[in-house]
Amino acid sequence: MKNLLSITDLTTAEIDDLIEKAQDIIKHPADYREKCKYKKLATLFFEPSTRTRLSFEAAMIDLGGRVMGFSEAQASSAAKGESVADTCRTVGCYADIIAMRHPKEGAPLVASMHAGVPIINAGDGGHNHPTQTLTDLLTIKCEKGRLTNMTIGLCGDLKFGRTVHSLIEAMSRYDGIKFVLISPEELKLPNYVKQETLDKNNIEYKETTDLISAMPELDILYMTRVQRERFFNEEDYIRLKDSYILTPEKLATAKEDLSIMHPLPRVNEISVAVDDDPRAAYFKQVKNGKFIRMALILKLLDIA
Amino acid sequence: MNIDGITNGLVIDHIEAGKGMELYNALHLGELESSVALIKNVTSHKMGKKDIIKVDEVLDVDLDILGFIDPNITVNIIMNNERVAKKHIELPKMVKNIIKCKNPRCITSTEQELPHIFKLTDPVKRTYRCLYCETEAEKR
Repeated sequence: MKNLLSITDLTTAEIDDLIEKAQDIIKHPADYREKCKYKKLATLFFEPSTRTRLSFEAAMIDLGGRVMGFSEAQASSAAKGESVADTCRTVGCYADIIAMRHPKEGAPLVASMHAGVPIINAGDGGHNHPTQTLTDLLTIKCEKGRLTNMTIGLCGDLKFGRTVHSLIEAMSRYDGIKFVLISPEELKLPNYVKQETLDKNNIEYKETTDLISAMPELDILYMTRVQRERFFNEEDYIRLKDSYILTPEKLATAKEDLSIMHPLPRVNEISVAVDDDPRAAYFKQVKNGKFIRMALILKLLDIA
Repeated sequence: MNIDGITNGLVIDHIEAGKGMELYNALHLGELESSVALIKNVTSHKMGKKDIIKVDEVLDVDLDILGFIDPNITVNIIMNNERVAKKHIELPKMVKNIIKCKNPRCITSTEQELPHIFKLTDPVKRTYRCLYCETEAEKR
């Protein structure tokens, strides 16, 4: 049984195939309109989400399939105390494939042991969110035409951001990638990510607290949210928060072909004035999320 | 200090000094009817000090538990006063229900019936990670 629980479940060749398939779907959507006719996707969301759940559902609808599920734990038998294993064994009797979000880390793995149909991890707490990483990779490929030879700036909360850690893991597989890690001291990339991914793969990187000075060399700027609750005191938060808000002024020295990305939702870390800049790619990223999920559903259902 | 020899049984040797009791508990040796000796701080040429456990009964011990607690342990099987086998232990690739995941965000924290499974991710550093949430187990 094939599942996608973590981005590390996929080989680089499999990632490249998914991206290629997604790009073909973008070019020829009509060819895919009935690929999943009579197939059912269950979206089991034990905690709320806007983008991820709707993109999975839109993906299945655009493949001609049908969707069912729930969007909060209170609307399921989990509210009565049913285990993840039993819920998924039950849903596996109705659906052909399941996309699941759960606040507890490892819940999708438990689901994959019992459902009898492919499980896609749509986010398990702070642990994994592989379809976000695939979305990011597709966006980089669409924006740059390549996944090699570029400098990627990662800005904001690099300590707790799971999307950042997964993106580093995934991009470290490609040649000529350099990272600029831009964050306050309090939210630097954890040492285990540096050691187990960057150092292990001999990836060039540098750390800085200054977004403006890092800007000119970047091909990709990946913004994340600096959350108030991550700071030990209010004073530090107030002192630092504006440094990591992207504004048109801060983009003055950026490359003309920079791509600005963000996993969304944003709160205030990218000024809305940046939205009209042609370099803003974060809403294109949302759109790409649907296409890569279409490619993934086809792959896991073994549909060519 | 003298401990009687064993006619038929096990000698678990080369236990790191201080870990004997942990092993005794993990193998549930307290539940046996037969004689069991836990000898602490025995002088050892190789280790300086070590613990030894002698069991007056041939048991089918869980080598994974032994390997997880201390992979340098040796298990000698004694039959008719002779050592008939000496088993060297290896780090187990996976351990089940020996330790519990302490990550409060792990699915095992809310679903009590799930087995606590840890997999070996770095044999050199003896790192085990929870199968579900990948949190590193505390070093032993």
